[in-house]
Amino acid sequence: METILEVKNISKSFDDIMVFENLSLTVKKGEVVVIVGPSGCGKSTFLRCINALERIQEGEIVLDGESIDPAAKNLSRIREKIGMVFQSYDLFPHLTILQNLTLAPVKIRRTNRRDAEKEALEFLDRVGLSNKKDSYPRQLSGGQKQRVAIVRALMMHPEILLLDEITAALDPEMVREVLDVVLDLAREGRTMIVVTHEMQFARAVADRMIFMDGGRIVEEGNAAEFFDAPKTDRLRKFLHSFDYERRE
Amino acid sequence: MDFEVIHSYMPLYIEAFILTVKIGWAGIAISFAVGIFAAFMMHFKVPVVSKIAVGYVELFRNTPLLVQLFFIYFGLPKIGLSISAPNCGAIGLGLLGGSYMAEAIRSGLSAIPKSQEESALALGLNRRQMFVHVIFPEAVSISVPAIVANIIFMLKETSVFSAISLMDLMFTAKDLIGLYYNTTEALFLLVVFYIVMLLPVSILGSVIEKRARYKTLGA
Repeated sequence: METILEVKNISKSFDDIMVFENLSLTVKKGEVVVIVGPSGCGKSTFLRCINALERIQEGEIVLDGESIDPAAKNLSRIREKIGMVFQSYDLFPHLTILQNLTLAPVKIRRTNRRDAEKEALEFLDRVGLSNKKDSYPRQLSGGQKQRVAIVRALMMHPEILLLDEITAALDPEMVREVLDVVLDLAREGRTMIVVTHEMQFARAVADRMIFMDGGRIVEEGNAAEFFDAPKTDRLRKFLHSFDYERRE
Repeated sequence: MDFEVIHSYMPLYIEAFILTVKIGWAGIAISFAVGIFAAFMMHFKVPVVSKIAVGYVELFRNTPLLVQLFFIYFGLPKIGLSISAPNCGAIGLGLLGGSYMAEAIRSGLSAIPKSQEESALALGLNRRQMFVHVIFPEAVSISVPAIVANIIFMLKETSVFSAISLMDLMFTAKDLIGLYYNTTEALFLLVVFYIVMLLPVSILGSVIEKRARYKTLGA
């Protein structure tokens, strides 16, 4: 399958604190890559570097043959191809759900408003929120907001979706409704890089698992190998921290 | 209270009312222009200009309008810059109000979380689109209560216009009291006309405030 994203030996540091060094990753079209790891291992920063919300100091990120350069004039045009969903949803509070969804397509792609609304309604219907189109974000639950945020990213028809701990701020029941949407997207062959702490979900959705720690990729492999036969001690320890044993 | 007197004073008060409202709202219009400009300069930390904006805000927030008016009306002619009394009133009020508006809008802008910027950029909006469609509208709805308070404050500040011999409401009342000693009637009308001027603003302001709040904060 053809390569859509190529991250070549990138390094990122904040002032003199190194987040990661010489990190590389290749993602093929339609592939779902899930990154797990302890907090502070650099996985969120890694995602943010991919769409240039953070500047990298070294290396190169190439999406669909185009190099992503934070200083580039056409940065926003490249960003259109990268959908990103954040932990804190960040819908626009002054706009209705429908307006949140149509803002970018109408302003950036000059899509006809009616067409954009039609598409938005189809998406909303898919995630079960068409009755919320005229609501404001504040009227929605966290899970609903996050589903809208996913749809908002999809409205730009991105080549790749970056999901940054999108369920970390949600109640357990809402986690499910959001992750079901993501599973659905995976099934229809969307390319995604997912950062999450939900191991069950990771196992269900991932074509490839990556374990990051201390700014390095410690282990990677397919989901079954990764969870059932981890090769490194570090990953074994990490996975073990999700298991609880019944006290006698 | 002599309603005969009140009736005979009415035309004078109406004239003064119209003048006061005109200059008041001209000043408010200026304050928006100046305030938004200064707020943007401060928000974007434009070199040099932002420092000037900060200096302007502090200078005008920390001096009384009366002093500012004296400076513009009596001071500037000394360097060859004569401004008519009504223009002087509007400019003085506009500069005073501008410093308050600048702070109101700047604080609204700085209240928007960085993540809002990032999610707008991540969608592919460029910086200008992000500011025009996301950050500024959000900031304004946060600033609305402060803006409304500023407008009411400015309209009340028009009462010092009499100091530069503008025939505003205050001037008319003082003048009539001086001439005829009908203190009660003159002051009564003064209060009534200020209320007529300000009450609609207050009511409209709280309606707008509620709407802005309803959208963003949901209270």
